[in-house]
Amino acid sequence: MWLLKLAWKNLWRNKARSLITMAAIFFAVILSSIVSSLQKGVFDNLIKNVVSFYSGYIQVHQRGYWNEQVLENSFAVNAGVEKDLLRQKGISGVTARLESFALASSGESTKGCLVVGVSPGSEDRVTSLRSKLIAGGYVSDADNAALLSEGLARRLKLAVRDTLVLIGQGYHGTTAAGKFPIRGILRFGSPELNDKSVFLPLQAAQEFYGAGNRITSYVLSVDAPDDVKRTTTELGRILGKEYEVLSWGEMMPDIRQHIRTDSASMTIITGILYILICFGIFGTLLMMMVERRHELGVLLAIGMKKGRISRLLLLESVLTVISGCLLGILISVPLVGYMHNNPIRLGGELADIYRRFGFEPIFPTATNAAIFMRQGVIVLVMGLLLSLYPVIKIMRMNPVAAMHT
Amino acid sequence: MNTVIDAHNISKVYNPETIPVYAVNNVHLHLQKGEFTALVGPSGSGKTTLLNLIGGLDKPDEGKIEINGTDITRLSSNQLINFRLHNIGFVFQSFNLVPVLTAKENVEFIMQLQGIPKKEREARLKNLFRQIRLEDKVDCRPAELSGGQQQRVAVARALASKPQFVLADEPTANLDSKSASNLLDIMAELNKEENMTFIFSTHDQRVIERARRVVTLVDGRITTDTALVDVSHSVASVSSPPLIT
Repeated sequence: MWLLKLAWKNLWRNKARSLITMAAIFFAVILSSIVSSLQKGVFDNLIKNVVSFYSGYIQVHQRGYWNEQVLENSFAVNAGVEKDLLRQKGISGVTARLESFALASSGESTKGCLVVGVSPGSEDRVTSLRSKLIAGGYVSDADNAALLSEGLARRLKLAVRDTLVLIGQGYHGTTAAGKFPIRGILRFGSPELNDKSVFLPLQAAQEFYGAGNRITSYVLSVDAPDDVKRTTTELGRILGKEYEVLSWGEMMPDIRQHIRTDSASMTIITGILYILICFGIFGTLLMMMVERRHELGVLLAIGMKKGRISRLLLLESVLTVISGCLLGILISVPLVGYMHNNPIRLGGELADIYRRFGFEPIFPTATNAAIFMRQGVIVLVMGLLLSLYPVIKIMRMNPVAAMHT
Repeated sequence: MNTVIDAHNISKVYNPETIPVYAVNNVHLHLQKGEFTALVGPSGSGKTTLLNLIGGLDKPDEGKIEINGTDITRLSSNQLINFRLHNIGFVFQSFNLVPVLTAKENVEFIMQLQGIPKKEREARLKNLFRQIRLEDKVDCRPAELSGGQQQRVAVARALASKPQFVLADEPTANLDSKSASNLLDIMAELNKEENMTFIFSTHDQRVIERARRVVTLVDGRITTDTALVDVSHSVASVSSPPLIT
């Protein structure tokens, strides 16, 4: 206890030096917290934007559907499975889909398209489909009408209240043909979806494809996107071998790869930041050792063991680093919170480009407690590792030589 | 009388590979319990080096040093630190008190290193501050004390561990004559009353006059070793050759 007391007193003997060190750590924690939370926030937002286009965070299919996406790999709506999904902790919404392909036709134009049968209410809750309407209205469960993507409507020269003709192959090779009045036009950020998708109420799609009460997937939204991996594994275990449960990362490996690549470059930037911080802390430690070399030599001479002096210096470092870290975390939390609620907004053409691709033109920060803790711990560990320098110097110290300085 | 310090033929050589410089050259020195000895000589004569060797702060290149029968030249660096803590008190020229601690805490520090219980520490502190006549300054930091007062605290710190002897390197060099005289009075009292052994290097004639034995070093060798006899407040010099040079 007396050693801790002495360490605390030593900390304040040279207030300027201690405050400079604490400030270096304080700003280090703030900077690294902001960089990390911005990185996480931007990626989370990217994922949210991408999955809310269409895929959802998790999908459940009959096993084998993802590799061969045909109606034969569909499955009958199962109330038990739906109940299991909704009961699962962390699942915020479930919607059923029947997806297949067809030829869309109007007058003399024909184009291949993706036909998606959806439950309008739950689909809107999971992927905000209604928000993509740019003309006309939304559909209800009982409607026999279509929502057409903007690009496809342009290609087929169709507008709201026109009729869309779909021809395709139904379940078990039956012929699927139908006429659907166009209720609304949708705009998607993804050019692929925007150019070739048709949305029908689930029942209308099932009738069109002769698929009875079959669906191809359950699309899930989650409360905590960070827990997707765990939730996916858990669902896979609960639903058994009959179903395959895929996370957004497994369905869109290109997005995951993009995030990994981007994360790697951010890691380099953060690494450079840490190196700068290390130099800051090391500089003050170096200064401290030069200033106190004589005094430490005296302590050694009068009988204070090297291990004890090392502990004293370590305690001083720990107190300095912890004070800086705690202050840094305390200030980072409201700062990052403010940046979360008031994200950096892009303007002008860049914002338009972002919007055109369905992305919000904002850079929000993530506010997970883990970010602050991690940054605090990283800086703390760095500080402690650097504190080994005075310890090494003490271990090699000769009292006579030290007292001559 | 008990032998406290027994240094046999000790030498300390700097630059042995290039131009060897003998800081201490084949010195033989015995100190008995209760001696009050001054180590004198011109600058560079090897006084501080000899004190460092006797104090276990440095190791001789030749010879051996026994403190109360323990050959300290054979001790490891860590063993030496522990030995110093329990056997040797140090008083430095520039006081070297821990600046963030009060006078009392500076003295108590040594006892804390020794692991002495609080009750015993308190009792010793009370006695030591009475002996150095600074009872009213226990809570002052070194910066709030005069040089003389700081050096008295340093003496108390050196005595706090109940050492075999106290080594003082130029203890009065940074003090005015009054402070130096006060310090010497205290050291002399401690020497008489507690039979504490003191050995100090000095240039100061006042210190030399108060010593009961004066060892003169020149170029690392002992040239004279004179015992002075204190008879009814007058000091008579007893002619004696150096023990061994």
